[in-house]
Amino acid sequence: MDLKELYRDVILDHNRRPRNFGTLVPSDAHAEGHNPLCGDQLTVWLRMKDGAIEDIRFEGKGCAISTASASLMTEAVKGKDKAAVLALYGSIHALLTQQNAVPDASLGKLAALSGVREFPARVKCASLCWHTLGAALECSAALECSAALECSTATVTTE
Amino acid sequence: MSTIAPLAAPPPAFDAARVRRDFPILEQRVNGRPLVYLDSAASGQRPLPVLRAVEHYETRCHANVHRGVHALSQAATEAFEGARERVRRFINAASAREIVFVRGTTEAINLVAQSFGRARLASGDEILITALEHHANIVPWQMLCEQTGAALRVAPIDRRGELDLERFLELLSPRTRLVAVAHVSNALGTVLPVKQIADAAHARGAVVLIDGAQAIPHSRIDVRDLGCDFYAFSGHKLYAPTGIGVLYGREELLAAMPPWQGGGDMIRTVSFEKSTYNDLPWKFEAGTPNISGAVGLAAAMDYVEDLGLAAIAGHEQRLLELATAGLARIAGIRIIGTAARKASVLSFTMEGCHPHDLGTILDAEGVAIRTGHHCAMPVMTFFDIPATARASFGCYNTEEDVEALLAALAKAAEVFG
Repeated sequence: MDLKELYRDVILDHNRRPRNFGTLVPSDAHAEGHNPLCGDQLTVWLRMKDGAIEDIRFEGKGCAISTASASLMTEAVKGKDKAAVLALYGSIHALLTQQNAVPDASLGKLAALSGVREFPARVKCASLCWHTLGAALECSAALECSAALECSTATVTTE
Repeated sequence: MSTIAPLAAPPPAFDAARVRRDFPILEQRVNGRPLVYLDSAASGQRPLPVLRAVEHYETRCHANVHRGVHALSQAATEAFEGARERVRRFINAASAREIVFVRGTTEAINLVAQSFGRARLASGDEILITALEHHANIVPWQMLCEQTGAALRVAPIDRRGELDLERFLELLSPRTRLVAVAHVSNALGTVLPVKQIADAAHARGAVVLIDGAQAIPHSRIDVRDLGCDFYAFSGHKLYAPTGIGVLYGREELLAAMPPWQGGGDMIRTVSFEKSTYNDLPWKFEAGTPNISGAVGLAAAMDYVEDLGLAAIAGHEQRLLELATAGLARIAGIRIIGTAARKASVLSFTMEGCHPHDLGTILDAEGVAIRTGHHCAMPVMTFFDIPATARASFGCYNTEEDVEALLAALAKAAEVFG
């Protein structure tokens, strides 16, 4: 159990100075994520263009793993469409949960989260933002079908 | 030089290192480090005498209680009812009929809410609690309010985590039917003036329930001296197994209350037209009870009385003071809960390091603490924090444990510095 593997410099840096932190106005969709176990809460805002994420912000209270994971995620998904985001989430999920997963090159800085898998109690911290992003994307898809809908919220809890 | 000889030798120092050897679980290493268990407020560990009593019961005495004429059933009944008498003595209840075995504090409070409260409360009535309650002393009353139309009132706490007694007394009105308060706050460690609260509530004609989950391992509880109507606690906080707890209720009140759960053991006669109920306390014990748990609880009471409850409390208080002073020396630490009277609980936050991260770092050092909202979300909201880290002490903790906590916190400060 190596703490340095968990709290790498990239993680500590994104915890101290989270990127894309704050609200996004106007936004096309947002969703709230909540982990009732530890009280972590975060909101993800999206602005979409041509089916892809044009801009993204997040805000919330959480531990270093949760905050850094959300910060890294916002940097990684800008410009990606839903299919690309889901593919990236698949890679991240494997990295967080599978002992022998080798970070693939597409993960970039997100590979810094690989230390989390040694700490099973903390996997939920790292995945909360991804579940919330998924909910926000669902919300934005619904908006495309019905322009009359106000920006709605979705609350998710982690697996 | 004094010419007056001391009347007696000073009491021997509490030998926590020897006590610790009674708890085999503490001998292990966690993450390569000797285990430092500082989470007794969540659940205490079990000493050998408790484990042996349970083993003896399970290997020599077990059968169902109150049912058979065969030898084992009688042995089991004797062990179970003997445990009830042991509990009566431990809390100085007037009669064993006032001791109801339940799963734990939560079940005890729900029993009172549903059996006592549901039949007696109505719209216009009030239940008074405090702002530092555990969810188990909030939610059952909210459910009761929904069922009866009664209203829940909450007496505030101040920034130190002390009950605002003045506001509490103002909120106590002729409409108050029930007052339910913690004896010791699980999130803050505050010791509440429960005797004073009980006196004031009784003067207004209200019935008083005390949630004793956090008090039972740290002080001598005398329910008649406290003057409470109900006292609830869990065995596992007192070094007994999980799944056994006690509701003490004044006999007069229990006798007038309807059964809560129906089933075997709680009846006298059953016919399809009408059933009649058993005497106290069995009226409230439907189904086969946790017999071995009760046996373990009785053994735990013997154990802590042998060590001496006052000696345990004094030892824990020294550790609390030592840890509090140590934390005050670490930059960025904020102690949550600074009441004048505290018991064995030290809640805190560290600037720049979320409690969840603290918990992980300490665990890597072998130090087990609790992190989170401690089932007291309104307390977290009051202090405007999502969670705290909480170290709590039991009879087996040593000064070395406090030093290990402080060293691990220094390590966390280093990682997040």
